[in-house]
Parts: sequence; C-alpha cells; structure tokens
Amino acid sequence: MRFLSNSALERLRDGAEAPDLAGTRYRLLDRIARGGMGVVYAAEDEKLQRRVALKVLDVPGTDGDLASRLIREARVLAALEHPGIVPVHDVGTLADGRVFYTMKFVEGQRLDKYIESVASIPDRLRIFLRICDAVAFAHARGVLHRDLKPANIMVGPFGEVLVMDWGLAKLLRGEVSNVECEADPDATVFEKPKPPAIASDATDISVVTGHGTVMGTPGYMSPEQARGDVELLDARSDTYSLGALLRFLLTGHPEVTSIANGRRLDKSLAAICAKSTAASPADRYPHVQELALDVSRYLDGLAVGAHQETVFEKVGRFYRRYRFFILLIAAYLAMRVLILLFLHR
Amino acid sequence: MQSGKDRFPLTRRSVIEAVRSIDAEERALALEALCAAYWKPVYKYVRWRWNRPAEAAQDLTQGFFAELLERELLDKFDSSKSRLRTYLRVCVDSFVMNEDKAGRRQKRGGNVLHVALDFAGAEEEFGATTMDPALIPSPESLEQFFEKEWVRSLFALAVEDLRELCLARERERTFHLFEAYDLEGNEKGSYEQLARDYGISVTDVTNALAWARREFRRIALDRLRELCGSEEEFQREARAAFGWDAK
Repeated sequence: MRFLSNSALERLRDGAEAPDLAGTRYRLLDRIARGGMGVVYAAEDEKLQRRVALKVLDVPGTDGDLASRLIREARVLAALEHPGIVPVHDVGTLADGRVFYTMKFVEGQRLDKYIESVASIPDRLRIFLRICDAVAFAHARGVLHRDLKPANIMVGPFGEVLVMDWGLAKLLRGEVSNVECEADPDATVFEKPKPPAIASDATDISVVTGHGTVMGTPGYMSPEQARGDVELLDARSDTYSLGALLRFLLTGHPEVTSIANGRRLDKSLAAICAKSTAASPADRYPHVQELALDVSRYLDGLAVGAHQETVFEKVGRFYRRYRFFILLIAAYLAMRVLILLFLHR
Repeated sequence: MQSGKDRFPLTRRSVIEAVRSIDAEERALALEALCAAYWKPVYKYVRWRWNRPAEAAQDLTQGFFAELLERELLDKFDSSKSRLRTYLRVCVDSFVMNEDKAGRRQKRGGNVLHVALDFAGAEEEFGATTMDPALIPSPESLEQFFEKEWVRSLFALAVEDLRELCLARERERTFHLFEAYDLEGNEKGSYEQLARDYGISVTDVTNALAWARREFRRIALDRLRELCGSEEEFQREARAAFGWDAK
C-alpha cells in the first residue's frame, strides 16, 4: 500500500471537496464561503444562463440531520417570498449523494463591511428597518430566523437588503404549509457546557449532542436561546437579536460596552436597544413591527415608546423636528424687532 | 428533487454491527476491515506514544487486535458516547499498560489476523513522519497524531481501492494521471504537461481527474461509513477526515 505524504493528504482533501455537478444544469465557478454544514459555491445555471449560489453539504446522504436541515432551509426560503429574503431556485441531490440547493446569487457586501461606508445614523436606521421588514414577514409566516447577525445580512449594489442563512430557522406553528419538516431542536452550533464525565476503563466519553443543544451566535443570541430553551423561543427571541443588531449598527458592538466607536448614543435609541435586548422576553417588544415603529418614530423626530422623555428632552426634540420653522419664525420676529427699532429712532 | 441515487451506492453494514454478529464469518470479515484501517495507526501510535522499539510495537499491535477479538471489546463500544477511533486509542493505552504491569511480551497474532501487516513498510513510514522531538505528548497531541495516521491509513486504502477500480474498468491512464497530479503533486506536472506526456487534450486530463477524485471521495466515504457505529459518528468522522471543520 502506498505511503501518502502530508501534502498528498492535503491535495486529496482539496480535490475531494468539489461537488459533482454531472447531470445537473449547473457548472461550478468559484467557492464563495464555507459554513457549518457545507460550502457555498458560485455556479452557472446553464439553461437560464445566469449565476446562482449553490449551497451543498459536505457529506453525502439524504437521511442525516444535516441533510434534513438543508432541505428544510430550502423549503423555508421557498415559502418566504419577500424582497428582503434571498429566493431559492432549486433543491436536490447531486450524483455524489450530497444534498444541495441553489438560490439567487447576491452580489454585495456583508452588513458589517457595508456599514463601514455608511456614516449617517439615519441611513443606518433605514437599513435596519428593511431588515425588520423581512423578519416581520417571516414571523407572520410562522418562521423564526434564530441567527440574525451582521454576517447573515447582505446589502446589494443598489442598497437592497437581504436576510440570508435560514439554516437555524424554526417553525413556530407549522403555518408554512409547504414546509413539511419539523424544526430540529437538536441541531448543533454551540453546545451547552456539560459536567465532565467519568471515563470508564477503556472508553473516552466525548460530548454528546442532544435535545436542548444551543444554537446561535453569542452576542446576538437571546438569553433563552443561549440556555437551550428551544420550546420557549418565539418572535421575541429574534427581537432580541434585532436589538443587538441595531446596537451594532449604532455603536459597532452588539452588547452594551464602554467603547462605542466614539459615538454618544442618543437616549431614545439607547432605550430602543435596551428594550429589544431585555433579559426577560416579557420586557421586550412583543412584535418586530413595534420595534420598527419605534425606530421609524425616532427617524421622524417623534417620541418613542421605549423612552419616557423629560420636559427638556421634549423641547429639544420639538426644536430638532421643527428647527426650520422655528428658525424662520425667529428670523421673522427678529426682523420685525429690528424694523420697529429702526422706525422709532 | 433530482435523484442521484442510481449512482450513489447503498450503505455497507457497519463493522461495529458486523462484529457483534452471530455469524463467525461475518465477524471475522468485520475485524479484518477494522484491522486493515487501524493497524498502521495503532503500530505508529505505540511506537510514538509508548516509545517502544519496532519489534515490541509489532507484538503489541498484533496482541492488541487479538485481544480486541478475544475480549470482545467492540461489544462495549457505544457510538453515542464516543468515536470508535478515540475508543480504540484508549483501548490501546489500556492494553499496553496492562501488558507492562503483567510483564508480558509474547509473539502472537499470527493465527488471529488475516490481514497482511507490512511492518517494514510501516516502520519506514514512521521514520518519515516528521515530529517535533521536544513535543511532550499531551492528550490533544496524542489524539491529533492518531487521527492523522488514521486518515492516512483510510485514504491509502481508498487509493488502493481506486487503483483496483481503474484496473477493472480499464482506466489505468486515469489512475496514472491521478497518481501524478494528486498523489505525487509534481510541481511541474501541470494539466498541460500531463496532457503532453500522455498525448491527450487538457480537457481529457481534467475530466479524468474529476472522475478519479469523485470516485476517491465516494470510496473513502464508503469505507469510513463502514467503520462508524452511527450516522452521527460518520458525519463527524467524515468532517474530521476531510478537514471540513478546519477549512
């Protein structure tokens, strides 16, 4: 038997990664990214002559957990037809036994990169409102995203905002009629810490994944999600993630921190973030629309529900909102005073 | 959904299940498959971790597989608690420690194992393995070492299967191209160079390599599936073997 050097092992690994697209309408172009489940490639749909993104599992087989998750993700996406949610085109199994789906190829930037070129707070808030629109639509269809974070939001060249990566999505009430698979509460991203097991004489106990395993991203994950209380998750869990996302857009950090990109966060916005990311779900906005409404009110210079203003704050906001008219009236009055003074000389 | 099942072979039975079979022949075949994949990692591990000379390591390797059969250690393996690879490594440690305690060292295994064990070749490979002599074996480094040698063994078996498949299908040239480009990794061996060497077009070279890689992947995964106790373990081991977690 031939000895395989370390470099031969690496070449074999690299060579074995590419999916076998024989018999499909797709031609492989470039590798875009690797995720927890598999790889996303750019491919060409040769029939329609357009570029698509092809997400494919690493391991073959259609009956494993990951295959079920990928198929469910494709079906969830298919059920969520919304301009803010990436559309899926096709799902299937490749000749090498790997499950794949294709979706719109989004040319753009991840949100965390994109906002580096967006300095204005109102512009950032408008992007946030478009994210809220897509998430609220998904909630209305009974789907929780469960992994909202800047890396899962893409902004296209025309400013279009797309919520990506619905791999951890959970169906709330089975309202999406054409999604047949049940949500998988055992899917793993981060695992709950377990007490160390006592090794028996000849076995090494590895971490066992099981019911209640934690999924999500630290910093953006709600406390109930971090505890693995899958059954307790509802729209307010995504609201928490959106609050963390809003805080990231405003300060550069998803959590409250003393370092805030040198920016002093407006009290109303800070209150919106705080209410969205309250530890108890009962203290958060019950629906994404209400969070979006508060942000819209802030943009319109109105009082937000999350913050009880003092008289001075009310006056200040009134001044900011009607600054043009106030200055116009002030200028008019000043002119009248000057004219009167001139006439009485 | 598009169907690829006609080209994707059905799963072979796991050695873990087969080794518990009441059929003696099936048990023997399962142990043979297990031994073929693990004897080299075990031998090199005993050489490195336990710092045993070649001859002692050979005896211990054969003794270990004999004990695996005699004491039915695989019956105790629970794939929901551990990977087979880790379980076997821990079993090797226990076995070597027990042998030390008992002060035993005997020639054996010759009538138990039906797999040809090329210890001279394994020793040569062990000598070629680059290791930091100052590296103090930690649990992580032991696991990494064993994993790497296990992957090397698994891939080498898959390459051998691929060679046989190419011979059976009269695609020797395909295997030579795969050998030259993917196994030897000759820097000068570009697709164009290979096409010139074999008097074929570059497209033929890329098609042949694509087929060989696809088959290699399929064979390696089939062998791996056979060596795992559950679908979950297979998924984890496939990710480890192909380095998908690290990429």
